[in-house]
Amino acid sequence: MKMTGSKMVIESLHREGVEVVFGYPGGAIMNVYDEIYKQNHFQHILTKHEQGAVHAADGYARATGKVGVAIVTSGPGFTNAVTGLATAYMDSIPMVVISGQVPTTIIGTDGFQEIDAIGISRPCSKHNYLVNRIEDLPKILKEAFYVAASGRPGPVHVDIPKDITAELGEFDYDKAIDLPTYKPTKKGNNRQIKKAIEAISESKKPLLYVGGGAILANCGEEVKQFAKMTGIPAVETLMARGVMGSKNPLLFGMLGMHGEYAANMAMHETDCIISLGSRFDDRVTGRLDEFAKGAKVIHVDVDPASISKIVNAHFPIVGDLKNVLKSLIEFASTHEFGDYSSWVEDISGYQKKEPLKYHDSKDGEPLKPQWVIERTGELLGEKAIISTDVGQHQMWAAQFYPFDYPRQWITSGGLGTMGFGLPAAMGVKRGCPDKVSVNFTGDGSIMMNMQEIMTCTQYDLPVVNIILNNNYLGMVRQWQTLFYEDRLSETNLEIQPDFEMLCRSMGGVGYRVTTKEEFDDALNAAVESNKTAFIEVMVDRMEHVLPMVPNGHALNEMHLLEGDE
Amino acid sequence: MNNFNHFYDTTEKREVISVIVKNEDSVLSRISNLFSSRGYNIDSLTVAPVPETEYSRLTIVTIGDARTIDQIVKQLNKLIPVLKVIEHKSAIEKDTVLIKIPIDQNLSDVDVLARAYNGAIQNVTDDAIVISATDDPQRIANFIKVIQKFNPLEIVRGGVVAIAR
Repeated sequence: MKMTGSKMVIESLHREGVEVVFGYPGGAIMNVYDEIYKQNHFQHILTKHEQGAVHAADGYARATGKVGVAIVTSGPGFTNAVTGLATAYMDSIPMVVISGQVPTTIIGTDGFQEIDAIGISRPCSKHNYLVNRIEDLPKILKEAFYVAASGRPGPVHVDIPKDITAELGEFDYDKAIDLPTYKPTKKGNNRQIKKAIEAISESKKPLLYVGGGAILANCGEEVKQFAKMTGIPAVETLMARGVMGSKNPLLFGMLGMHGEYAANMAMHETDCIISLGSRFDDRVTGRLDEFAKGAKVIHVDVDPASISKIVNAHFPIVGDLKNVLKSLIEFASTHEFGDYSSWVEDISGYQKKEPLKYHDSKDGEPLKPQWVIERTGELLGEKAIISTDVGQHQMWAAQFYPFDYPRQWITSGGLGTMGFGLPAAMGVKRGCPDKVSVNFTGDGSIMMNMQEIMTCTQYDLPVVNIILNNNYLGMVRQWQTLFYEDRLSETNLEIQPDFEMLCRSMGGVGYRVTTKEEFDDALNAAVESNKTAFIEVMVDRMEHVLPMVPNGHALNEMHLLEGDE
Repeated sequence: MNNFNHFYDTTEKREVISVIVKNEDSVLSRISNLFSSRGYNIDSLTVAPVPETEYSRLTIVTIGDARTIDQIVKQLNKLIPVLKVIEHKSAIEKDTVLIKIPIDQNLSDVDVLARAYNGAIQNVTDDAIVISATDDPQRIANFIKVIQKFNPLEIVRGGVVAIAR
């Protein structure tokens, strides 16, 4: 069938089952927007900023597991989208970002709104394409969706010059994808898996080190099953919160720089790390030459380049985590394992000795941010999907919210993008309308993309933003206090907007909270209102995120909270 | 059992890697980008189409320790248009050099030298002669050192190509 390049874009999105696109029009992408106007296959959500569009598509993808789609124009439209691309790239989120480009005849002449988009997106996308010929467009679009979602997922960027979007060409979308150069490994090597099982059964203190890959591979059930049948305890990375479930007796919390004491001690003492979709990030390992010194390493990852990148793997297993876990479970079912209960008891002992804790506020004192998060967990629990921005509030949310299922936790872990939370939570709401979409944020982060309140209002995508306001860029302030002799360089945010009015001015509701009662009332009212809400909670300005492994220290060298709870 | 997970050989070695890539737009920049963004060295890089296919072959000479080389190979493989990455353990390597030498130099000495390095005089003008030589990269480096005493006007090195034995 012959059609224009623009029509091809619409058709391919339709064929890929896309139900929503986040975007922002402009000169070079106008032909595509003209076709968007004419179609009714999918909804287009017009954000207020391209960064918001890409984060929203990202949040949608994280919450649903589907490929998120964003469309932007050339030049500034694209450069505004770059932070969104990079955020998704660092966390391996499947997305397709389509940008307009100046006509092929203008490319290279410094035309109006021309920028070398694929030159910019190359290091922050899984793959990218500049469409040079109309004949290539259907194939490229189909490949883009395939590449984004397969193997180790990631964002794919397609840059389409304006003349290509107007040109007529043959649209054949049924041709099978032929990519001899891209064949992700799906099944793990059985011999390696058997060896890994042997290694586990020879170990005394094995530990499941569960990463974000377990969520991307949709294998939460398999992880839990493997843990249960073998009795091996588990720790989760920041990206894996929700996989094991907060009530799982084998889960000993999050590890890493702000991990729980028990989790970090378990990692420090284990003699066999079973890494499931984790990548030994520097925020996880702490000082490398002290990291899990006595451990054999079994590393399962779909991306061979993640294996032995940071920590040597004795048993590398490349493959889709779900498949590998199924094999592991199969082999394990006919295998004798040791009794790990005394090892589990050891870790439980650490947990009893140093549980995750904070000194709660007394009457009349400012609220503690940890309390706000715990309380939200008590009130909303599984009903809410939790997004965050980046900083202290993000770590407290990861520590204190009871996550009970995969994709309940949406956070920018790799890139650490402030401003991610609100637009991502908006995408979450679009993907999971029956859930309460909550965004924990700080008084710094929320200002970075607060224009998207307007989008939430316009498209009726309510997000409950809980702003933990300490009038500081809190995480930087914490480091300044601890490591820079309290020189608070440019972190004091005393001058602030009236958050309540700010949200109301864009059609939402706003609350300012200073007591526990007020918080309960505000949260209930906000959820009930079904509107986008700002709940500004005035919290203790000097609270620290603890435990903390200072940069360059080993996991067992934690700063801990002093005194009892 | 390895008691120290992070021990690996940190001595830097020269490594010759061949990469077979789909011959498409911007594939070369994908590769060079990868090297610069991850801080890998490129000593030499040559590229030419593989005859009668849609692929090109790159030969990259790099320097790094065992882990770096391992990562280079894996990261190259990860690029979507890369078909195959070959780490050469035993390969025939050749480098080519073109050298322009003023006509007033002792040309018979130059000729003898060139022959010693598998080379020959390729062109003669009123002002200068051009010699070329193709040999092992090490020997070419040597040749270039020796030829300095003939005051070369220009030296153009081709880069290393390699094929498995």
